[in-house]
Amino acid sequence: MKYLSEYRNLEATKKYLDEIHKITTRNWNVMEICGGQTHSLVKNGILDLLPEKVRMIHGPGCPVCVTPLNLIDKAIELLENNVIVCSFGDMIRVPGSKRSLLEAKASGGDLRILYSPIEAVSIAKENPDKEVVFFAVGFETTAPANALSVLHAEKEGITNYSILASHVLVPPAMEAILDDELCNIDAFLGAGHVCAIMGMQEYYPLVKKYEIPIVITGFEPLDMVQGIYMAVKQLEEGRHALENQYARVVKEHGNKAAINVIGKVFEVGDREWRGIGEIPNSGYVIREAYRKYDAEAKFGIGNIKVPENSSCIAGEILRGIKKPNQCNQFGKTCTPSNPLGAPMVSSEGACAAYFHFSDNLISS
Amino acid sequence: MDTTELGSDTINLGHGSGGTMTRDLLDKIIFKTFNNPYLNQKHDGSIVKFNGDIAISTDSFVISPIFFKGGDIGELAVNGTVNDVAMCGAIPKFLSLAFIVEEGLAISDFTKIVNSVKMAADKSGVQIITGDTKVVERGKGDKIFINTTGFGEVHPKASISADNIKIGDKIIVSGFIAQHGMAIMSQREGLEFESTIESDTTNVNFLVNDLLDTFGNKIHLFRDPTRGGLASVLSEIATDINKGVTISEKRIPLEKQVAAACEILGLDPMYVANEGVFIAIVEAGVADAVVQAMRSNEKGKNTSCIGEVTDEHPNKVVMKSLIGGKRIVSPLIGEQLPRIC
Repeated sequence: MKYLSEYRNLEATKKYLDEIHKITTRNWNVMEICGGQTHSLVKNGILDLLPEKVRMIHGPGCPVCVTPLNLIDKAIELLENNVIVCSFGDMIRVPGSKRSLLEAKASGGDLRILYSPIEAVSIAKENPDKEVVFFAVGFETTAPANALSVLHAEKEGITNYSILASHVLVPPAMEAILDDELCNIDAFLGAGHVCAIMGMQEYYPLVKKYEIPIVITGFEPLDMVQGIYMAVKQLEEGRHALENQYARVVKEHGNKAAINVIGKVFEVGDREWRGIGEIPNSGYVIREAYRKYDAEAKFGIGNIKVPENSSCIAGEILRGIKKPNQCNQFGKTCTPSNPLGAPMVSSEGACAAYFHFSDNLISS
Repeated sequence: MDTTELGSDTINLGHGSGGTMTRDLLDKIIFKTFNNPYLNQKHDGSIVKFNGDIAISTDSFVISPIFFKGGDIGELAVNGTVNDVAMCGAIPKFLSLAFIVEEGLAISDFTKIVNSVKMAADKSGVQIITGDTKVVERGKGDKIFINTTGFGEVHPKASISADNIKIGDKIIVSGFIAQHGMAIMSQREGLEFESTIESDTTNVNFLVNDLLDTFGNKIHLFRDPTRGGLASVLSEIATDINKGVTISEKRIPLEKQVAAACEILGLDPMYVANEGVFIAIVEAGVADAVVQAMRSNEKGKNTSCIGEVTDEHPNKVVMKSLIGGKRIVSPLIGEQLPRIC
């Protein structure tokens, strides 16, 4: 099993595309949850290969995009106060209310770009005189590693490490979207890697309550078209069920070890979503027992409220109400080098995907 | 060289002061290593003869780590500039060589790098004819920076200019992309693969010379896709010539290990730096012959014709994906950053 070449195979993908064309008789709106899935659709040119009646709506599954603006400001404040701030790469270009982490780095802030939060714990060990904070952003996918870093620090007796956490959960976001009166979504492609961690159990109630098909889908081009095919087939047949296209990675009960680790350090709490607002019980907060690893508590940088740029319509983009090229600023005052909001900067953002990969001149 | 000959095992500020310590460093390492009639004059500059037009190119090298799998900063500093001169359709002859060394660099490392410069220069058939060495305080550099400026004689049959590019011209890539960038990234991230990815830094001037001998002005442009990768160079070209570029993803030469490394690190190989690879934009009629000629050379054995210049979608590069869809290939903005998930 190679997983790369097989799931990028032209013949197999074509077969599924042909099948989608064959079975589609009506207009359907299918939302892919994950930003990585949006990118796959645009990057592989799949949108133009689908029948016109199948409209893909881009979902809020871009962790960078939904991280509240004030969190970036908090991270910058830490940098300005001599804290070593460690972050995943794609957070650093997102503009806060005044500037981005990258700009703060250029002004002298000690910002380190890492692949793994465990590296941040090592940095804390190597710099005992400085505070080290890991900017712990993401959906359920990155929560286990972030939780592990806290447990690791605890085990090693490292006290100069903490995380600035902003974890959000997919199922509450889906409910918020489905409860929105402007929602016109007929089926979902579930976020493959989130489900690799959490399993499938949380999605059965959604299927039942909203009578909506959910197909947990991967990211390669063949995954995407197979997932879309499975969703459209359910719709055409008038069914609604939870199906797993990404079976090679997603198991019914998820990754138990990861779920345990998350549960040790985090508990579910209310969370603010940039562009959407506060959704109750939609994110992870650090448990009382680990409060000393919570950077917001440690540094007292709790309540900064920051207004969004009024011309950015990220909220409508993230809820699938508008497409990036329907935004007046898209490509004009809002570009990747001059982003007004997160979806244009993040490598998972719908606006960035459209800007980089798509163009009205080549579509249709 | 026995480092005690210099009385110290690290470079210090005295070595850049212009006094006897500098002279000592130059005599015992630089002049001794290169030992050519130009440098042996030990003058402020050198006088050389050229026939016809001269191509000049300069580049600075700040790579970290300075030693990596497949090469080091010294080799890079020669190959990079030699190749840039070759991209002008010229035969590189001479290089200037300027070092900015951070106080504390081990003399053994400095010597290794100078030796690498010498070896790479010999392989490329160029001579180092003038140079400079400065030392900056600890913390004000990053071990060592190098600048090289290359001088070459324009090949008599060369007519290299973006203005010569026509609709229908074919776009050819000389080998596997993303090799150098991923060699560096893998080393930085401490990733180990079954067989290590090595930088492909090498000089391509002789191959370019052979191509010019055979195909002359039917080659319209050479470019080497260093920083920013293949995507950025193609985007620049499309904008500069105000025409469209269309390429096919399945024709882009990409080695398996490098593809895997890119996947793991969340990087797009189209934007990763290359060193030993170049693009040739050639008249359609000779494209097949150019590909064959390049493949018969060791440095072009993985050559592939990846696309063509078109009158559709001017200023844009459009790539047909592996599954037959289309996407725009836009230029790199800022740096490619490792992704969250």
